[in-house]
Amino acid sequence: MAEKNKSQAAHAHDDQHTQEHFREKHLMLDPLPRGQMNDMVMEAMTSKPTWKYWLTVIILGSIVLYGLGYSWYRLIVEGLGIAGVNRPSYWGIFLVNTVFWIGISHAGTFISAILRVFKAEFRRPFTRIAELMTTFGLVQAGFSIFMHMGRAWLSYWLMPYPNERLLWPNFHSPLSWDLLAITTYLLSSTMYLFLPLIPDLAMARDKSTGWRKTFYRILAIGFRGTEGEWTHLRHAMNIFAYAIIPVMFSVHTIVSWDFAAATRPGWNSTIYGPYFIIGALHSGMGAAAVVLAVVRGTMKNMTYFIRGEHFDAIGKLMLIISMGWAYFYFNDYIVQWYGGDKWTKALLHFHEAGPLGWMWLSMLIVNIAIPWAVLWNSKWRSNPWIISIVGILINVGMWFERYLIVPVSLSINRMPFTWRLYIPAVEVYLSLGTLALFILFYVIASKLIPFIPVWEVQEGQLAHKLSKFGRETVVTVSELE
Amino acid sequence: MATVTDLNISEVKLSEEYVGKWGMFINQDVCTGCQACVAACSMENNIAFVGPEDAGYGRTMNWIRIERFWDGEYPEIKMTSRQPMMCQQCGHAPCEPVCPAFATVHSQAQQLNLQVYNRCVGTRYCANNCPYQVRSFNWRDYKRPEPLPNQFNPDVTVRQRGVMEKCTFCIQRIHQAEDKARSEGREVADGEFTTACAQVCPADAITFGRVDNPESLVSQLTKQYEGLKHLPELGTLSNVSYFKGG
Repeated sequence: MAEKNKSQAAHAHDDQHTQEHFREKHLMLDPLPRGQMNDMVMEAMTSKPTWKYWLTVIILGSIVLYGLGYSWYRLIVEGLGIAGVNRPSYWGIFLVNTVFWIGISHAGTFISAILRVFKAEFRRPFTRIAELMTTFGLVQAGFSIFMHMGRAWLSYWLMPYPNERLLWPNFHSPLSWDLLAITTYLLSSTMYLFLPLIPDLAMARDKSTGWRKTFYRILAIGFRGTEGEWTHLRHAMNIFAYAIIPVMFSVHTIVSWDFAAATRPGWNSTIYGPYFIIGALHSGMGAAAVVLAVVRGTMKNMTYFIRGEHFDAIGKLMLIISMGWAYFYFNDYIVQWYGGDKWTKALLHFHEAGPLGWMWLSMLIVNIAIPWAVLWNSKWRSNPWIISIVGILINVGMWFERYLIVPVSLSINRMPFTWRLYIPAVEVYLSLGTLALFILFYVIASKLIPFIPVWEVQEGQLAHKLSKFGRETVVTVSELE
Repeated sequence: MATVTDLNISEVKLSEEYVGKWGMFINQDVCTGCQACVAACSMENNIAFVGPEDAGYGRTMNWIRIERFWDGEYPEIKMTSRQPMMCQQCGHAPCEPVCPAFATVHSQAQQLNLQVYNRCVGTRYCANNCPYQVRSFNWRDYKRPEPLPNQFNPDVTVRQRGVMEKCTFCIQRIHQAEDKARSEGREVADGEFTTACAQVCPADAITFGRVDNPESLVSQLTKQYEGLKHLPELGTLSNVSYFKGG
């Protein structure tokens, strides 16, 4: 009898231990009351900014003012001569940054829409942070593309607007498709960001006073949380989640057509569409990991919401995407090399053995070797430091990849007399300006927008349960939606 | 003769039949590389003077350039002939479809590629897509040193910064000759006028005229020397033929 009791007690202890282990590891199995989570998110958002916060804002603000403000002003007043672009590298870092930022913006929608559609539960706490990346990144991409234009003040001519001369943009041009695709993506991703934000804005409205109350009252557009409102909201979110996936795929394919549709050696490659998409996801997932780690480390109460399991899940995606990127890269490379066109061969040789060969080699190391060497280990994947260092390295590598595609590939053409290297000048400040503006947007948004979708987290927590089948403790998820 | 409206690049036969209107024949064997054409072109077309610094960085603004090539490694270099390079006025031009603003378009009447300066927004996509790399971009508002400001050609626009430009086959001269001929009720005669580069060439390496007229000097020279087009594999249907004997 005593022995039986003892073994039961041991069992109970084991159970408790398993449950604690689950709770510690998984946000979905570690529920808190809604009110408490609301307070935690509100505290993270409305707590008085520290001197570190203001210092960050001042530093980033001055970089933006110098890099984007003053340098762009000079670019407009003095002309593109102060930049490094020349013949034959007519496109320089401007286009590198455009492709780079569109790539960054990809992961936001990828995480949010694709994972929502496939009901991946780990997405719940960080969909908002990722969606913000889409909108903020696209703004930088737009800036970069307008900066590079010779007469940026006439850029509205690219828009199909009614005018007295009946002039339309040229729809044969990939740049026209590009503009339409990016505009569509910006509008739809902003709406997709806004829809799941409404319940959280309503929550913030109910919990704040003063100017914040007015601010959230306007943004929450009168959401009260009735059954009918939720039904409409779920319908709208569902439609957007499905509809934005093809938009996301089309945008980066069309960006790749800027290059693939041209008659340049090295650019004229039919695999550029999917290759650019996987490249965008590669840099975007890396950036998402970095942003998550920074948010977790700097904002209050975030260690509850963002845990090792989330970095672990992102790390797995990064590893798979890294393999996909390697597949597409070598597919593009080997087929072009096998094609045997003498200009393409000269170009590939220039990539590897030219003055920027170190860039080509380090691209392969940080995009393929390092993720493969690090991300197979779940302990390393779950560490925010390790994953964000890998994320930063991947982003550097993907920036190198775009640098090799744009100015380095442009250096080699079919007229050897014009071959010439590109040396960046004022573009460096402009690039730093866009980077600083991207971070500054996040820094400001952290004080204005609830970063954690509390309703989504709670929905997941209600759906998850620890059940016992025999002696085994099993996680079960019920279908709510 | 096919016109550009019914030109379809997928129909190889049609593209082989394509004959432009204005064209050039360039004899590289007699070109001495004196660059008189480059200077004359700059004077005729109000081309900016970019200065040594920008020129050294690959921002020369020439609508025509003389390319020099050599064979062999440094001490034992054999200079091969010079190659004057200007816009080839392609019948199926890669620069035209990529401009989002319709700033570079095809002239149906003249069979030339036009650059509409005041429509150009400066995306520079046309220059990237030009396989001959003959387009020049106004990187800055270049100041012309004295006495260059006193010799502007009133028939040609002065371009602003941020605008692409390229060889027009001296379209102002073409229009002048056509207007004169029309007022006199006749066709433009072969050799009645020529472009600035052909006019000044001391060796007569450049010949300009109607390539659709088999009797014209340019057609006859092209036929006699079996002139070749640059990069014909791209299907650009260029209107400039080159000859290089050795």
